[in-house]
Amino acid sequence: MHPPENGKNHRARRNFLGQALTAAGAAIAAPSLLSQATSAQSEKPASIPGQGEISVTLSINDKQETLAIEPRVTLLDTLRERLGLTGSKKGCDHGQCGACTVLVDGQRVYSCLALAVMQEGKQIVTVEGLAKGDVLHPVQAAFIENDGFQCGYCTPGQICASVALVDEVKRGCASAVTEDFDNLPQLTNLSEAEIKERLSGNLCRCSAYNGIVAAVQQVTGQAPPSPAAAMFMQEAGVSA
Amino acid sequence: MKNFSYVRATSVKEAVQQASTDNNAMFIAGGTNLVDRMKVFLDEPSQLIDITRLEMTRIEPTGEGLRLGALVSNTAVADHPEVRRSYPMLTRAILLGASQQIRNVATVGGNLLQRTRCPYYYDTAFACNKRELDTGCAALTGINRIHALLGASDQCVAVHPSDMCVPLAALDAIVEVESSKGKRQIPFTDFHRLPGDAPQRDTTLEPGELITAVILPPAPFAKSSVYLKLRDRDSYAFALVSVAAAVELADNRIKTARLAMGGMAHKPWRFTEAESFLVGKAANTETFQQAAELALQGAKPLEYNGFKVELAKRAIRRALTVSAKGGGIV
Ligand SMILES: Cc1cc2nc3c(=O)[nH]c(=O)nc-3n(C[C@H](O)[C@H](O)[C@H](O)COP(=O)(O)OP(=O)(O)OC[C@H]3O[C@@H](n4cnc5c(N)ncnc54)[C@H](O)[C@@H]3O)c2cc1C
Ligand code: FES
Ligand code: FES
Repeated sequence: MHPPENGKNHRARRNFLGQALTAAGAAIAAPSLLSQATSAQSEKPASIPGQGEISVTLSINDKQETLAIEPRVTLLDTLRERLGLTGSKKGCDHGQCGACTVLVDGQRVYSCLALAVMQEGKQIVTVEGLAKGDVLHPVQAAFIENDGFQCGYCTPGQICASVALVDEVKRGCASAVTEDFDNLPQLTNLSEAEIKERLSGNLCRCSAYNGIVAAVQQVTGQAPPSPAAAMFMQEAGVSA
Repeated sequence: MKNFSYVRATSVKEAVQQASTDNNAMFIAGGTNLVDRMKVFLDEPSQLIDITRLEMTRIEPTGEGLRLGALVSNTAVADHPEVRRSYPMLTRAILLGASQQIRNVATVGGNLLQRTRCPYYYDTAFACNKRELDTGCAALTGINRIHALLGASDQCVAVHPSDMCVPLAALDAIVEVESSKGKRQIPFTDFHRLPGDAPQRDTTLEPGELITAVILPPAPFAKSSVYLKLRDRDSYAFALVSVAAAVELADNRIKTARLAMGGMAHKPWRFTEAESFLVGKAANTETFQQAAELALQGAKPLEYNGFKVELAKRAIRRALTVSAKGGGIV
């Protein structure tokens, strides 16, 4: 099912683009034809495959979405362009920046290098799926508390990566700077070097790295949360 | 990216059968290299055969060694307790590669078949014999800083970019493959090939062959093995040079030595001559320096990569030293 709000947003944007095009191309293209084409396109149900498309059902933030897409469409483009979930960002589109990071079956991945058709049957969580209603996820709260961003473009990816980082440490995953595999770091003694290495797959053009590290230190219990963050965490019933 | 038809294989048999019927079909696993290449039109398969649902997802003991299913993620290999304990150079190499996000989806099979990061191969505006045979090699006269010192040809000076493959070469791993014609095993050092006059071919894999597993033979000498990676950026970057080294001592003499390097050639480079030289010698800086000189004696620097000769020698010396002292982070 196409989510009505998202669908509407998306359509509104496409219509706007269509009109802009019409205005610009008025002298050469017949405006009526162009707008007809635009509305015909937006009226085709999004789940019926056209030529070169196949029908795919994805589980995104606990909702089932069935849509018709070409196999070449990435998960990132599906989220942003088809489902209106524009939280995940496109920084490089080549797996080199981390802005598109989402969680698939609990693991962080780059959605720009993942084909949407290959994600059937998997649980996808994007930055939009982290908060519980109006209550922020503790990692989101900690990013706000610690100035973990400036422009915010890399932030959804940084936040999803940090959520996964916490889980990976709990599960005993090592990193390239882990000295002793028999003595793995715990959340409470995860060093700054560990945090930086584990987040090296997320670049920040504004260089908000110090705030990001501080946010992770707070979530891992190394620095006490501020009263506001403590409240968020308590309300969410989550602890790191 | 050019569109393609998509097939989700449900068995190895079905996957290789499907591949045998279409010359332009490709397998896709993690997709972290292939999707990237398709986006810049380096690959334009007519059909992608999704192999990710196949039963090749386990790490199993085989005799004294381990069998890594082709679909095991790079993360899962690195974090496997037995890999950490018996083959630490492999865990270290994987953890030093790419980023957690990539390692989580990148697979054993896909890592072996990732293609060079030569910028002239990636940029279709430049000549590249690997991309299109007989068009020339822009790297020969271009900025060839990251390029090969060993085993190159006048057709291609690209290097194989994998970290994971370097310890696999040092460990004498075996690649298990299957096609519609049957199964075979390829010794790891015969899997990747030198460019010669066919630089379009990275490996000795035949069309339609599927990698099903990589076998790690027992390696009692590898308990203190190490991996050293040197690069322009401290994390999330490919190697300029990298070294997988294992030194096993007995009575203060070297009993076994293994030495392989990445960033040096069109394939992970194994230094068997330097290894034999080391056996029976005392484990000290002088011995390791001599091994490094021996290893690099055939190096043929290009205009911009001469610095890698000295870098490689120092890397070898350091990696051997740390392994002889018990291993860990280099
Ligand atoms: C930004 C970035 C940084 C990176 N940094 C590093 C690094 O520092 N070190 C490093 O080693 N690597 C690095 N990588 C490369 C990464 O390790 C590879 O992309 C990955 O290992 C490929 O595995 P995959 O499963 O995703 O392969 P895919 O992309 O799915 O496939 C790669 C190729 O292998 C073929 N294939 C896959 N599986 C099989 C099989 N079982 N049998 C036959 N053919 C198969 C495909 O047809 C394709 O041609 C980096 C990648 C990116 C994008
Ligand atoms: S947009 Fe995916 S890693 Fe940059
Ligand atoms: S906050 Fe601007 S890119 Fe990170």
